[in-house]
Amino acid sequence: MNWKTTFRKLTRIPLGFYTVLQQTLRKPVTVQYPEQTRPMVPRFRGRHHLKRYDNGLERCIGCALCAAACPADAIYVEAGENTNDARFSPGERYSQTYEINMLRCIFCGYCEDACPTNAIVLEPIEFPTGYSREAMIYTKSMLLESPPINVPATPQVTEPGKFDRSIVPFPPIDQQA
Amino acid sequence: MSILLETILKAVMFVVLALAGFAYTTWIERRLISRMQSRIGPNRVGPQGLLQPVAEGLKLIFKESITPAQADKFVYMLAPMLAVIPALALFAVIPISNHSFFNLAGGVDTAVLYVLAILGTAVYGIALAGWSSNNKYATLGGLRAAAQVISYELAMSLALVAVVLMAGSASMNVIIEKQLPGNILGWFIFRQPIAAALFAITALAELARSPFDLVEAEQELTAGYMTEYGGMKFALFFMSEYVKMIALSGLFTVFFLGGWSGPFVGDSWPLGLVYFSIKVLLCLMVMVWVRATLPRFRYDKLMAFGWKRLLPIALANVVITAALIAFGVPGYK
Repeated sequence: MNWKTTFRKLTRIPLGFYTVLQQTLRKPVTVQYPEQTRPMVPRFRGRHHLKRYDNGLERCIGCALCAAACPADAIYVEAGENTNDARFSPGERYSQTYEINMLRCIFCGYCEDACPTNAIVLEPIEFPTGYSREAMIYTKSMLLESPPINVPATPQVTEPGKFDRSIVPFPPIDQQA
Repeated sequence: MSILLETILKAVMFVVLALAGFAYTTWIERRLISRMQSRIGPNRVGPQGLLQPVAEGLKLIFKESITPAQADKFVYMLAPMLAVIPALALFAVIPISNHSFFNLAGGVDTAVLYVLAILGTAVYGIALAGWSSNNKYATLGGLRAAAQVISYELAMSLALVAVVLMAGSASMNVIIEKQLPGNILGWFIFRQPIAAALFAITALAELARSPFDLVEAEQELTAGYMTEYGGMKFALFFMSEYVKMIALSGLFTVFFLGGWSGPFVGDSWPLGLVYFSIKVLLCLMVMVWVRATLPRFRYDKLMAFGWKRLLPIALANVVITAALIAFGVPGYK
């Protein structure tokens, strides 16, 4: 063996140790999710939100098309009947139960595409985290967004004949100002 | 009778210290190596992740204990115990402070020989675990462990011969006393730097830690000799590894860093305990640093390094040390 190369190799070892030491003094790159978050792109498909119309009625009509479209079978919908005295959404029916198992969900966004009223939207905030399986099943109260300011929540009392149709003459979400 | 009681008390204290040390050595290693790799490491269980070892221990206790159908049942059960007992037995001869309560058998004249003997038996657990699992990866791991430990034991023994020559005794108490001429230069790491380097390298090889971790090389042998072990039996292997780490750090401290000695230590045993702990902690951190830095040896290079480099250097070091002592060179007399 050549002594010169051996010597050169031996000097490289302390250099490696020094590099590691330098790295130790640097700040870790880890992001402590969910306390810290990285900025997400506007169209990132994060957690689902159930939207409302401007008058506080829920967009979801309990049709369960999202559950049918879901490739992971993560959505469970049970519909209930609307009345004019206790109206949750326009039309005949609303979602009485709406559950998404966030552990099954693959965040593909097919539910968004399937929704006839643009009720379910995946938004780039609050990606779900939890310690137990139970905590990862999101119920309707967790998914439903709160009504706009100064607008009553559901159920509302509405005048007969005004909200008979499920698809109402409100502009869809992507055409709103 | 009182001597027996005292010895039992001391032994229990040493075992408790070793096991507590084991739990938190894993924590130190994981946190430190994370920082070296720009990560954070376990920080969720308890403040700064301090309860992580407890959580992992609980998890391992409650795991199902599985024995492979083709395994040699008796040896398979025996191997983890054979691995842990020598690791704990090493603590018997390490004086961790200058009070006699913290010194189980450090004054025995054969302490260094005892260390070498126990380290030699420690490989039985690993080799038998590999063989009894009836798994090709485990068997290869066990074989490698046996070959590696035999090759590096020679160089380690010769490094310790130099230390014993310096101290004129194989008793730990005498070795520490000889390193107390008042200043830090009395430590054998300054008077026997080659022996210290040899001991450090061979200790890493004995522990099968990086860069000598061929025994459990993940990429080749999944988990080596402990591939077929789970639950508490796996925990025992893990324990033996980390307890041996602490024990060898303690031995390095005693042999080369002056043991419990330090400024103002005098007769106060708590200060001695603090100095000893700091030195052991530094040794452990260096081990983690080595693991974060160096890649694994290739098997043939490992053998070549042990037999063709370390052994001749260790032999030469013994001869030179003996000559220096015989001619009464200052610092060596």
